[in-house]
Amino acid sequence: MRHRSRWSVCTLVVLALALTFAWTVSGVAQDKPRYGGVLTFVVPSEPPSYDAHQEETFGLIHPTAPHYNTLMRVDPFDKTGTKPVGDLAESWTISKDGLVYTFKLRKGVKFHDGGEMTSKDVKASYDKIIFPPAGIKSLRKDSYDAVEVVEAPDPYTIRFRLKWPEPSLLLNLASPWNWIYKADILAKDMHWYETHIMGTGPFLFVEHIKGSEWVGKKNPNYWDKGKPYLDGYRALFVSSSAQQVAAIRAGRAHIQFRSFSPPERDQLVQALGDKVTVQESPWDCLNFVSMHHEKKPFDDKRVRRALSLALDRYEGSKNLSKITLVKDVAGVQVPGTPWATPPAELEKLAGYGHDINANRAEARRLLREAGVPDGFSFTFKNRGIPHPYEPLGIWLIDQWRQIGLNVKQEVIEASAYHPMLKRGDFEVAMDFQCGFIVEPDLDLPRFVSNSDANYGKHKDKVIDELFQKQSRALDLEERRKYLRAFEKRLLDEEAHVIYTLQWHRIVVHSAKVKGWTITPSHYLNNQLDTVWLSE
Amino acid sequence: MWKYLLKRFLLMVPTLIGVAVLTFFLIRVIPGDVVELRLAGDRGAVSDDVLKQERARFGLDQPVWKQFGVWMVGIARLDFGTSMWTGSPIWDEIKLRFALSLQVAIMATIVAVLLAVPLGLLAALKQDSWVDYTVRIFSIAGLACPSFWLGILFILTFLIVFKWLPPMVYTPFWVSPWQNLQQLIWPALAVGYRYSAVATRMTRSAMLEVLREDYVRTARAKGLVHRLILTRHALKNAMLPVLTVIALEFAFLIGGLVVTEQVFNLNGIGLLFVQAVAHRDYTLIQALVMLVAGIFIFVNFAMDVMYAWLDPRIRYR
Amino acid sequence: MAITTPIDHAAGAASEPTPSARWWAAVRDFARHRTLGAVGAVVVLLMIVVAVFSGPLAPYDPVAVDFGAMLAKPNAAHWLGTDAFGRDVLSRLIYGSRTALLVGFGSALVGATLGAVLGVGSAYFGGLVDLYLQRLMDIFLSFPLIILALALVAILGNSIPNLIMAITVPMIPRAALVIRSSALTIREMPYVDAARAAGFGHLRIIMRHMLPNVAAPYLIMLTAFLSQAILAEASLSFLGLGVQEPTPAWGLMLRGAAVDFAEAAPWMALFPGLAISLAVFAFNLFGDSLRDALDPKLRTL
Repeated sequence: MRHRSRWSVCTLVVLALALTFAWTVSGVAQDKPRYGGVLTFVVPSEPPSYDAHQEETFGLIHPTAPHYNTLMRVDPFDKTGTKPVGDLAESWTISKDGLVYTFKLRKGVKFHDGGEMTSKDVKASYDKIIFPPAGIKSLRKDSYDAVEVVEAPDPYTIRFRLKWPEPSLLLNLASPWNWIYKADILAKDMHWYETHIMGTGPFLFVEHIKGSEWVGKKNPNYWDKGKPYLDGYRALFVSSSAQQVAAIRAGRAHIQFRSFSPPERDQLVQALGDKVTVQESPWDCLNFVSMHHEKKPFDDKRVRRALSLALDRYEGSKNLSKITLVKDVAGVQVPGTPWATPPAELEKLAGYGHDINANRAEARRLLREAGVPDGFSFTFKNRGIPHPYEPLGIWLIDQWRQIGLNVKQEVIEASAYHPMLKRGDFEVAMDFQCGFIVEPDLDLPRFVSNSDANYGKHKDKVIDELFQKQSRALDLEERRKYLRAFEKRLLDEEAHVIYTLQWHRIVVHSAKVKGWTITPSHYLNNQLDTVWLSE
Repeated sequence: MWKYLLKRFLLMVPTLIGVAVLTFFLIRVIPGDVVELRLAGDRGAVSDDVLKQERARFGLDQPVWKQFGVWMVGIARLDFGTSMWTGSPIWDEIKLRFALSLQVAIMATIVAVLLAVPLGLLAALKQDSWVDYTVRIFSIAGLACPSFWLGILFILTFLIVFKWLPPMVYTPFWVSPWQNLQQLIWPALAVGYRYSAVATRMTRSAMLEVLREDYVRTARAKGLVHRLILTRHALKNAMLPVLTVIALEFAFLIGGLVVTEQVFNLNGIGLLFVQAVAHRDYTLIQALVMLVAGIFIFVNFAMDVMYAWLDPRIRYR
Repeated sequence: MAITTPIDHAAGAASEPTPSARWWAAVRDFARHRTLGAVGAVVVLLMIVVAVFSGPLAPYDPVAVDFGAMLAKPNAAHWLGTDAFGRDVLSRLIYGSRTALLVGFGSALVGATLGAVLGVGSAYFGGLVDLYLQRLMDIFLSFPLIILALALVAILGNSIPNLIMAITVPMIPRAALVIRSSALTIREMPYVDAARAAGFGHLRIIMRHMLPNVAAPYLIMLTAFLSQAILAEASLSFLGLGVQEPTPAWGLMLRGAAVDFAEAAPWMALFPGLAISLAVFAFNLFGDSLRDALDPKLRTL
C-alpha cells in the first residue's frame, strides 16, 4: 500500500515538475522570434517617386524602407527614437573638436543585384544628399550646412569633415531618408532611383501595383545573419481611415504604421480585446498658430501673448485627447525625449500656467492695453484635414471667444494651403511642425528669422543667435541652457508662435506582431528587420 | 438615317475639343501647383530655385498656349504623357483603375435594370394602387439616402454582424471571378439601387403613356394575349427613354463614384480623380477628363444610333 | 336646410369661380388623388418652417462647445444627444436645415432659371445660336461633375455662395436640355411664325407663348434639383469641400468624428443622415406627383 502511494506521489511530483518546466520553456520560447509569415499592413497614401532623398512623405517610407539600409539608424527598441546605432556603420569615432566624424563600414554587405557595398556607395549617396548636382533636388540639404566634405579614404571607411561643430550630426545621419544607393547606378543616371529600387535592405522588391499594393520578400543574403524573420510583407494602399480600421478589425491587415484616432483605437479594442496590442507615444508633430508679424494688431507682442494665454491647454488636453490625435501639453521638444522641457520650466511659459482664470484676465488686460476692442474679429485660416486640424480649430475659436475675440474660421483646401502660407495671405493661421527624428536642430530651424518656413515673418536676432548657440554647443548642459532660452523667447517673451498641443500617436496592431516598438516619429522603425509574427 | 447619324458623329469632334480646352484652362486657374505640393510635403520649406528647376522640367514655365499645343499634338499621337506626380506613363496609372470602375459601372447598371424594369412595369400596370405606392417609395428611398451613409452602414453591418470584410485588393475578373465578385458586388448593389430609382420612374411613366396609345388599345381589341401586347409593342417603345437614362448615368458612373469608392475602398477612377486634383497633376487630370467625357459622348452617340434604329419616326428627320 | 343636388352644385360652380377658389380646388384635388405627393409637400413645408424659426425652436446654441457633455446619449437634456464637442445634435440639425434649404433653393432656382433661359433662347432662335449653345451645353454635360465642383471650390474658396455656384453649374445644361425640348414643340407651332410675321417682338412672343408651356417642366425640374442640391451639399461637405466648421450643416455633421464614433455614438451620424434622406424623399415625392399632375408626358426627367 505505502509502496504504491509513494510511487503515485512521485509520479505526480514528476508530472508537475515536467509540466512547469514545459510551461516555462514554452513561455520563454514565445519571446523568441519565430521565422516565417507575411506581414500585411495598410498605408494611407502612395509614394509619388521611389527616391527618398527627394520625398517627404511617409507614403514612401512605409512600403519602401525595407529595401534599403542607412549609414546610421535609431535603436529600433528605444521608445524615444533618439538613440543612434549603426546600420551599415559598424563603429565610429568623433574627433575632440567635433569636426571630424569617421565611420567604419561593415564588410560583406551585398546589394540586391549581388554587388558589394563599399564606402564609394556611401559617398555617392551622401554627395547626392548634401551636394546635389544641378537638376537634382535634395529636400534636406539645408540641414547639412555644417558638412564641408564627405571622404572615402578606403573601401570600408567614410569620413565627414565639418565646418563647425554640430553634435546633432550623428543623429542626423540616422535619418530614415538617407538611403544608401549604388554608386555605379548613380554615376550612370541620377534619376534612376526615382523609378527603380536597388538597395541592401532586408527585403527584396517584388512588385508595386499602383493604387493597390506593394509587395516585398525576404532577402536571403541579408548581411545581418538571422534576419529578417518575416518571409515577406504586403503594403495595401487604403486611403479611407474607416477602411483601415475595418481591415485590422476583420483580420485582413496586421498593422497601420502611422496612427489611429482615439475613437478608432477604442473601437478596435472593444471589438478584438486581447487580440490587439495598443502602443502609444507622444508624436514628433504639433500644430502651432502662426501670426503674421506684419499685420496689425499681431505685430504687437501683447496681442500674441494674449492669444496664447487664453488657451486652457490642460483642460483642452483632457477633452481633445478623447476625440482626436492630440494629448500632451509640451514645449519645443517631445515629452520624454532628451531635450524636453522639464514641467517646472514649462509652467512658467505664457499660457502654460495652471490658473486659467488668472491667465485669461491677464489676456484681456493685455488686449485692452494694446488697444484691441472687445469683440474684435479676425479670420483664422485652417487646413482642411479632419484630424487634428478641424477639432483644434473648433477648440481654438471657442477658447478665444472666452477673452472676447470673435474669430471666423476659413478652411483652405489642403493642397492650396501651403501656397497661401507662403504668400503671407493670412492674419492668423494654423501651421504644423512635423519632424522625422526628435532633435532640436531638425525640429526648430524653421523659427530662425531667415528660414523659408518662417511664414509669420518674425525678425528676431536674439532667437537666431540662441538657435545657433545651442546647435554648436559641445557641452550638454550649455546646450540645454541655450535651448531653454530659445524656447522662452519663442513662446513666452515674444510669443512669435502659439504652440497648441502635442500630437499623440496611437498604433493599434494585431497581437501577433512582435518586435516593433513605437517611437515619436512615424518615419522610424520601418525597416521591418526586427519584426516577427507569433502564432 | 445615315445622314442623320453622320451629322451626329461629326458633332462629337467639336464637343471633345471643347472639353479639352475647358479642362486645360480650368485646372490651371486653380491655385497651387504640383511642384510645390511634391516638395513642400509634410515639413513645408523648399528653396525657390529648386522649385523653378522642377517647373521647367514639367514644362510649366512655358506660356499656356504652348503647353496646350504640346498636349494636343500628343493626343493626336495617342500619347497622353506622364503623370506629373509619379512620373509614370498615364496609361499605366489609369488602366487598372479603369478596369475596376468599368466593371462596377456595368454591374451597377445591370442591377439597376434588373430592379427598374420589372418594378416600373408593375407600378404602371397597377397605377395608383398600394403596389404602385410601395414601388415608388422603395425606389425613391434608394435615391434619398446619401451613398456614403449607405456605404458606412454596409461596412459596419459586415463587421459587426458577420465579422467579415470584402477583399481589399482588386483581382481582375479573369484572374479570379470569385474574389473579384466578393469585392465588387457590394458597391454594385449600393450604386445600382440608387440608379434604379430614376430608371424605375422612367419605365413607369413610359409604360403608362404607351398603354394609353391607340395601337395598344387596338391590339387589345383584336384579342391578342395581354402579355404578348406588352412585350412586343409597348415594351419596345417604352424602352427608349429608359435606355436614355441608363446611358446618361453610365458615363457618370465611371468617374463620379468618388464617395462610394472611398467608403468601399475601391481603387477606381473616382478616387484617382480626387487624388489627381489634390496633387494638381495636370496631365493626369486632363487624361481622365478626356476619358470620361469621351465615354459620355460616345455613349450618347450610341444612344442616337439606337433611337434611330428603334424609332422609325426619327429616321426621316 | 336645402338639399343640394349635384345639379344645384354644378349650377353654383358654373357661375365663374374666383381664381383663389380654383386654386384651392386644385390643391384639394392634389391632396386627395396624389396622397404621396401631398405628404411630401407637407414635409417640405415643415422644413421651411423649421429653417425660418430655427432661433426660437433650437434649445441650444449650435456652436456652443461644452466638453462636459461630450458624446452624450440622447437624454432629457439633449433629445438627440451631443457630438464630440458637446454640441447639441438637435440644435445643429435645426440650424442645419437653414443651410440645406439655402443651398438647395439657391442652387435649384439659379440652375433651373438659367437653364430655362438658355433652353428657351436656344429653341426660339434656332439655327446657329441653337447649334453653338447646344455644343456648349454638351461640353458641360460631358464634363465630370466632381471635377467641376472640386475645381470651382479650389478656385473660389470655401463659402456658401461658392458652394451654390459649384452645385449650380452642372445643373444648367441639364435644365437647358429639358426646357429646350419642351420649347421646341411650341416653336414648331404655326402661330409663332404668324406672330413674327405680324411684327411682334421676340421677347413678347417668348413671354406670351413659350414661357407658359415650359412652366410645367420648369417647376418639376426645380423640385428635382432641390433634392439633388441637398444631396450634393452633403457629399461635398463629406469630402471637405462644402460648408465648413463650425457652421451647422447636415453633410458636415456626417464627416470626421461622426464616422469615427459610428459605433460608439451612432446618434451623431444617424440623425443627420435621416434628415437628409427625409428632405430628399419629401422633395422627390412632391416633384413626382407634381409631374404626374401637370404632364405625364415629361418622361425625360
